[in-house]
Amino acid sequence: MGSRASTLLRDEELEEIKKETGFSHSQITRLYSRFTSLDKGENGTLSREDFQRIPELAINPLGDQIINAFFPEGEDQVNFRGFMRTLAHFRPIEDNEKSKDVNGPEPLNSRSNKLVEESRQLEPTGTSMSAHCCIER
Amino acid sequence: MALQMFVTFSPWNCLLLLVALECSEASSDLNESANSTAQYAPNAWFAAASSEPDERISVFELDYDYVQIPYEVTLWILLASLAKIGFHLYRRLPGLMPESCLLILVGALVGAIIFGTDHKSPPVMDSSIYFLYLLPPIVLEGGYFMPTRPFFENIGSILWWAVLGALINALGIGLSLYFICQVKAFGLGDVNLLQNLLFGSLISAVDPVAVLAVFEEARVNEQLYMIIFGEALLNDGITVVLYNMLIAFTKMHKFEDIEPVDILAGCARFIIVGLGGISFGIVFGFISAFITRFTQNISAIEPLIVFMFSYLSYLAAETLYLSGILAITACAVTMKKYVEENVSQTSYTTIKYFMKMLSSVSETLIFIFMGVSTVGKNHEWNWAFICFTLAFCQIWRAISVFALFYISNQFRTLPFSIKDQCIIFYSGVRGAGSFSLAFLLPLSLFPRKKMFVTATLVVIYFTAFIQGITIGPLVRYLDVKKTNKKESINEELHIRLMDHLKAGIEDVCGHWSHYQVRDKFKKFDHKYLRKILIRKNLPKSSIVSLYKKLEMKQAIEMVETGILSSTAFSIPHQAQRIQGIKRLSPEDVESIRDILTSNMYQVRQRTLSYNKYNLKPQTSEKQAKEILIRRQNTLRESMRKGHSLPWGKPAGTKNIRYLSFPYGNPQSAGRDTRAAEFSEDDSSDPGSPSIMFSALSLIGSLQKQEAQEIIPMKSLHRGRKAFNSGYQRNTRQEEYLGGVRRVALRPKPLFHAVDEEGESGGESEGKASLVEVQSRWTTDRGHGRDHNRSHSPLLQKK
Repeated sequence: MGSRASTLLRDEELEEIKKETGFSHSQITRLYSRFTSLDKGENGTLSREDFQRIPELAINPLGDQIINAFFPEGEDQVNFRGFMRTLAHFRPIEDNEKSKDVNGPEPLNSRSNKLVEESRQLEPTGTSMSAHCCIER
Repeated sequence: MALQMFVTFSPWNCLLLLVALECSEASSDLNESANSTAQYAPNAWFAAASSEPDERISVFELDYDYVQIPYEVTLWILLASLAKIGFHLYRRLPGLMPESCLLILVGALVGAIIFGTDHKSPPVMDSSIYFLYLLPPIVLEGGYFMPTRPFFENIGSILWWAVLGALINALGIGLSLYFICQVKAFGLGDVNLLQNLLFGSLISAVDPVAVLAVFEEARVNEQLYMIIFGEALLNDGITVVLYNMLIAFTKMHKFEDIEPVDILAGCARFIIVGLGGISFGIVFGFISAFITRFTQNISAIEPLIVFMFSYLSYLAAETLYLSGILAITACAVTMKKYVEENVSQTSYTTIKYFMKMLSSVSETLIFIFMGVSTVGKNHEWNWAFICFTLAFCQIWRAISVFALFYISNQFRTLPFSIKDQCIIFYSGVRGAGSFSLAFLLPLSLFPRKKMFVTATLVVIYFTAFIQGITIGPLVRYLDVKKTNKKESINEELHIRLMDHLKAGIEDVCGHWSHYQVRDKFKKFDHKYLRKILIRKNLPKSSIVSLYKKLEMKQAIEMVETGILSSTAFSIPHQAQRIQGIKRLSPEDVESIRDILTSNMYQVRQRTLSYNKYNLKPQTSEKQAKEILIRRQNTLRESMRKGHSLPWGKPAGTKNIRYLSFPYGNPQSAGRDTRAAEFSEDDSSDPGSPSIMFSALSLIGSLQKQEAQEIIPMKSLHRGRKAFNSGYQRNTRQEEYLGGVRRVALRPKPLFHAVDEEGESGGESEGKASLVEVQSRWTTDRGHGRDHNRSHSPLLQKK
């Protein structure tokens, strides 16, 4: 299982991703193997077709918007860093992180960043109250 | 509600009637046995209660001995079935207690009757009948309906837990009971170690499938579900292996004869038995899959092949003293994938239903027999043994759960939380398996067999009733507590949005952990296995064949349910009102809420809806349907721009119908069964080539003209069919969809009929997708009206 994945993901890159996104080592490895399995062209990046190949996304009414969220403005390919960065927005907040120092750059999955992410995604549907709803919940 | 009460009364009335009948039979049987001989032919001529000599030809005769065994067995099965019907008529009851509780009660009732009338019950259960006839169907059904993907994802944990858990439980309970037996005060001194170990092994056989039905009410996550399911599946096999091994040990009379060599041999044998059984099963599975490749012209024997080969794998394994249970499970799992593609639609349905039926019959018989033994004189009550058995069962299960999962959590990416472990601990319900093994203990080796049987029965009753009934509330309690405050509709909408978002991201992350292994297996499967085992003339692309199958089913479903629903039409208006009006009256809010909750596009269910006693439509099929519908719709949109078809619908009506009905839609089960039988009709009609044609038109790229030509043909044809079936379904639909606007089904010329239905088809399109509604608002403002004519005529119920 792991051999092909780990050689392509260098340790220092893993460390960087870990610091940036807050995922654990095993989570990053697993997500990397998911990334490679989605990447049919084996060129290290994912295109929209790769995402559309996931059958469950096709039946999700927000599927297209979710896919769009992965691709930054105007680009059609996303590499692993970008993939992880987007996923990091949805990592559940753990309690012990709240005690970490507040002076560092806000972790990607903090609530405000999540709100920003949500509104960015949901904009096409014209619901501007999603952020408000987030707070309520 | 009153209607339901009344309806439940009649099955109970029939029940009483049957019981009375049985009593009268029993009493007449007493008379019979008093004055009739046991020969068959002459019996027919003996009068029942009269003492006339046999010179006269009697007008009315009664011979009960001849038919006693099948007669009573049939009555028992019928009784249990009627009880099940009554059970399910109370909507809330299946959520309260597992169905096995009901079966136990029915069995106890039958046992009481038999005991009360002093009737000699027919010998239904002895060792060979149980192991040869009653057990295989149950195991086959479990293996066949097992969801393979989650099973193999979690196979490590499942094996670890099932095998080691069973061993720990068996040995732990056996040893602790042995120490209890050593205490002189309890009078159990003559129960030696081996007997205790054997008892421990049979009492640790859990039957958690019984509680899985209760889990459906609460949303248990997939992993938990698979662990419990896998445990149930493998448990039987392991317990029986242990049981047989220990019986062999017991037969070696003297305890001192058993040397360490024997124990090692026992362990080696354990492994060989397991692996050997599995390999037998796989071999037989492949053989039967291969044979189904050639059964095109005699599709009537396809179910026969499936069943006979599975049974053969069981028997072959048993011949060599390998584990037949594991063999038959492996056979079912292997066979399923290929057989499903090879056999015809009707054979597929037959196989599924027949399997369920067989296993249901076996289980009923076992439970009834359990009930019969409960009420009787074969009991030996020993307070100490029984209480300690109960206590040790719980204690050792708790120990094994927490210890084993603590270890396995270190290796899992998604560890099991303490809550999950509590649920696993609490779901250790014993069932018919333990009882059968206890009942079949050889009396020669177990002088105190009655005590064992009594203890087993107590444990079963306790766990099945008390744990079975309370596990539902427990699961709900341990789940995330949802706040009960009434959310505003706005909040509900957004919560739905969030849920969809979450589900989407989860899907992107995927929930597999061994992609490479799975991919490799899939490649191997495609290159070699499928070429050998699947029929040649099936389309190479599975999506086309799937499309064909689903098209047929889906058209029927839409016809059945779509015509009479009027709620979809009112949604756009209601929804628009939300934006405009500041305040709605509470009644309006309630009605909007009801409409929304019943019609909103359902979040993809992560929990499996496996129910042992019902066949529910497979979620993967539903999802595949959705995919195809969506793709079709987008293709239609692109084809349709600029064209105006004669039956174009006015904008504002909802045309697209998504099939992800809300969970618990009462129609779904019935629909799919009917869909299956209707698909037969469809396949025979001349329109089916056009399905193929239009399928190709979507997937390949034919000219739009051609496609349009074919589509009208198809839709008109469907229109005719729709009328017929729709008319029949009218009255039934009414019950479910309250407040339905009846579409007048007048026999009009087809074209107009299509048109008229086209208008009402808007509202009759079944449940609307709310998100679709939302996107329509935006598209209304943004784009033209063309988007709304995203018609799928092929799917239209005309």
